[in-house]
Amino acid sequence: MAYTFYGGAHPSGNKLTYDRPVKKVFIPKKAVIPLSQHTGSPADPVVAVGDSVTVGALVGKSTGFISSNVHASISGKVTRIFYSPTPNLPRVLSVVIEPQGGEDQEFKAARRPDAGSLSKDELLAIIRDAGIVGLGGAAFPAHVKLSPPKGKIIDSVILNGAECEPYLTCDHRLMVEKPKEILRGLALITRILGVKDAYIGIEDNKLAAVYALGQALKSMSGELPGVNVKIVTLKTKYPQGAEKQLIRSILRRTVPAGGLPMDVGCIVHNIGTVFAIYEAVYFSKPLIERVITVTGSCVREPANITVRIGTLIRDIADTLGGFAKEPKKVVVGGPMMGIAQYTMDVPVTKGTSGIVFLSQEDIVRPKESVCIRCGKCIETCPMGLSPTTLMNHVKKEQFSEAKALGIVNCFECGACVYDCPAKIPLLDYMKYGKAKI
Amino acid sequence: MDGSLVVSIAPHIRSEASTRKVMWSVIAALIPAGAAGVFIFGLNSLLVIIASVFAAVLTEVVFCVARKKEIAIMDGSAIMTGLLLAYNIPPQSPLWMPIVGSCFAIAIGKQIFGGLGHNIFNPALVGRAFLMLSWPVYMTTWQNPRWQADAVTSATPLNLFKEGHFELLKNVSTWDLFIGNRGGCIGEVCVVALLIGAAYLLLKGYITWHIPVTYILTVALTSWLFNGRSGFFTGDALFFVLSGGLILGAFFMATDYVTSPLTAKGRIVFGVGCGLLTFAIRRFAGYPEGVSYAILIMNAAVPLIDRYTYPKWLGWKK
Repeated sequence: MAYTFYGGAHPSGNKLTYDRPVKKVFIPKKAVIPLSQHTGSPADPVVAVGDSVTVGALVGKSTGFISSNVHASISGKVTRIFYSPTPNLPRVLSVVIEPQGGEDQEFKAARRPDAGSLSKDELLAIIRDAGIVGLGGAAFPAHVKLSPPKGKIIDSVILNGAECEPYLTCDHRLMVEKPKEILRGLALITRILGVKDAYIGIEDNKLAAVYALGQALKSMSGELPGVNVKIVTLKTKYPQGAEKQLIRSILRRTVPAGGLPMDVGCIVHNIGTVFAIYEAVYFSKPLIERVITVTGSCVREPANITVRIGTLIRDIADTLGGFAKEPKKVVVGGPMMGIAQYTMDVPVTKGTSGIVFLSQEDIVRPKESVCIRCGKCIETCPMGLSPTTLMNHVKKEQFSEAKALGIVNCFECGACVYDCPAKIPLLDYMKYGKAKI
Repeated sequence: MDGSLVVSIAPHIRSEASTRKVMWSVIAALIPAGAAGVFIFGLNSLLVIIASVFAAVLTEVVFCVARKKEIAIMDGSAIMTGLLLAYNIPPQSPLWMPIVGSCFAIAIGKQIFGGLGHNIFNPALVGRAFLMLSWPVYMTTWQNPRWQADAVTSATPLNLFKEGHFELLKNVSTWDLFIGNRGGCIGEVCVVALLIGAAYLLLKGYITWHIPVTYILTVALTSWLFNGRSGFFTGDALFFVLSGGLILGAFFMATDYVTSPLTAKGRIVFGVGCGLLTFAIRRFAGYPEGVSYAILIMNAAVPLIDRYTYPKWLGWKK
C-alpha cells in the first residue's frame, strides 16, 4: 500500500538546503515582536516603552483560551510599541526590543529534572505558558489542540514531517539533527492525550530523516513505554503535508467536510512544534526562536538557520551575505502557499517556516488564456472539487451555486493553479468566491 | 528597492504545462496516421490535408481580426481542427471540399460560439457533418489503397457489411484492417499508426483512458451481442472496432477537451454513450458508419453529464 491521497501535484522539490546543517546565526539589532502571531485573540502587552526585558521574559499575555503568550526573543530595552506589518497581517500591535549593548543574549535554560513525571495538566500549563503554537504555518495554539473537548476520543497522534512545500527544509533538518528530542516531545504529547498509536509521516524525498528517526527510535524505545511509534514513508506529492490529506495517507480516514482531525480520532502536530514542546518542558524555554529555511535563486548561500522571533527579513538577508540577484518577490512560507511580502521590514513570526527570495525569471506570471476544459484541475484538487466549475460560477457571481458545489472546502493549496495549462489563477477566484459567501 | 517587490496570490511557481504544448502534442500524435494515409492513398491525400489545415488557419485569422482578438494560431488549435477534418474525408476528394469544410468547421463550429474553449461541438466533426449533408456523393466515394488494381471503389468494409456483400468482405483480413489496407477516410485507416499516437498521448497524460476505453469496449460488446449475421453473440467485435473511424474518433475526437466532460465519471458516461450511439447508427440507421454523429450527439449532452457527475469532495456527506 502506498501512503498517499487522491489528487495532488508534483512541483519540483528545489530543496537547495537539503543537506545544510542548521546554523545559529546572529542576534538581531532589533526585534519586532508582534502580539498576534497565532490564530485566536491577540496577546495584551505587559511591557511599556522604556522597560528593560531579558530574553525569555513575557511581553504579551494570552487573552483567552484560544490565544497565546508572546515572549521577548532578545534582551534589551523596549523602544517602541507600534502597529507593524507581519508576514500575514497588515497591521499588528508589536513590541520593539533593541539591545543596549552588554546584555547576555543567551537564554538561561532551567533544566527540569522531573520532566518525565509531570502530570497532564502540568504539561499543558507549561506548553500554554511557553506560548507554543503550530510551527507549520497556521500557528494554532498548541495547548488548545492538545485539549480535545470531552467526548472526542483520540486514538492516534500524527507528527507531520511531510514538508511538501518546495524549497523548505527546516523540518527535514530538525528530524535529521534532533531526532531524539523530537521523539521525547512526541512522548510528552502521547502522555497528555493518553494515546497508544503515534505516526511520523515523512515524504520519500527525505530518507535521511526517515533513517535518523528510525535509528533514534531503536536506541530509546524505553522512553516511549506502551506507545507504538510508526515512521511512515509517504509518497512525495503536494500537498502531502496538509492535515486532511496526511490523515488520509496514513490512517485512511476521511475527515468530514468542515470537520477537524479530532472528529476521526487523531491529532496532527508539526515537527517544529513538537521540538518546541520538548524544549519548553525539559528546559523551561518559551518559544523565542525557530528554525527557518532561507532560500531561493537570489540567495547567495541558501541556509537553514535558527533565528529569534521578531528578526526582520531585511536583517536576515543582509547577514547571509546578500543577494546573488535582485529579489523581485519575497515569499514567507513555501512557494505554493506562502505569502508574497511588499516590504522586507516584516519580522519572522512563530509561523514562519521559510523565506524564499525569487528573481525576475522565477516570477514571470504566465499569460492567462481561456479554459480548455482539460479537467487537470479536477484531477489535481486534493479535496476533490472542480475548480474550473467553481471559477465559472464565481465569474458570474453565482455564489450560492459555488457554495452548493463545495467551494468552502477549498483550503487554498494552489495545486490547481500550479497544474493549469491555461495558466488561469483559479485560486484568485476561489478566494474571491469564499469571501463572498 | 522595496517598492519594486511583486505581490500576488500564491502559488508563486507554475508547472511547465501549457495549452500550446497540449495542442502541439496532439498534432504530433496525429502525424503517424496522416503519414500512413498519404502512403496508402497517394499524394492527393497530402494535398487534401494541406488545403484543410491552410483553410482552417486562414479562417481563424479572419475571425480573430474581425473580433479584434489576438491572433492565436500558434496555440495549434486551428491546425488541429484542420488536420482532423482532413483525416475524416475520403482521400481523392476535390480540394475545394476540405477548404469549404474547414472554413465551416472553424467559422460555425468554433468561432461563432466564441472561439477556443467555448464551442459545444467538436469543430472538425461539425465540418464533416456539413460536408456529409451537402455533398454526400463525394463523401461516400472511396478509393482503394494505391497498390490495388481498381482504384475507385464505392465501399469501405462497413459499407460492404451494411449492404450485405459478405463475399467481398472475405478479401479483407483483420490484419489488413489493422495496418490500413482498405478503403476509408485518410486518417482513419491505419489503426496501428493511430494507436502509436494515442499511446504517446496517454503516456504523456494529455488524454485519459476513460473515454477511449469505454467507447471502444461498448462498441465491441454491442456489436458482438447484436450485430452478428446468425443471431446474438455472433458479431465480429474486432471487425467493428477496426473497420470504421472508431479508433480515430475514440482517441482523438471524443477526447477533445472542450467538448467532452470534465470528470472521470463523466467521461465514462460519455464514452459509453458514444459507443451505444455508434452501434445504433451502424445497425439501425441509413449510414454504415456512425462515429462522427455519435460524438456530435454526445457533445450536446456534455453540460448535462457535467452537472450530474460533479465530483464528491473529500469528506462529502449528504
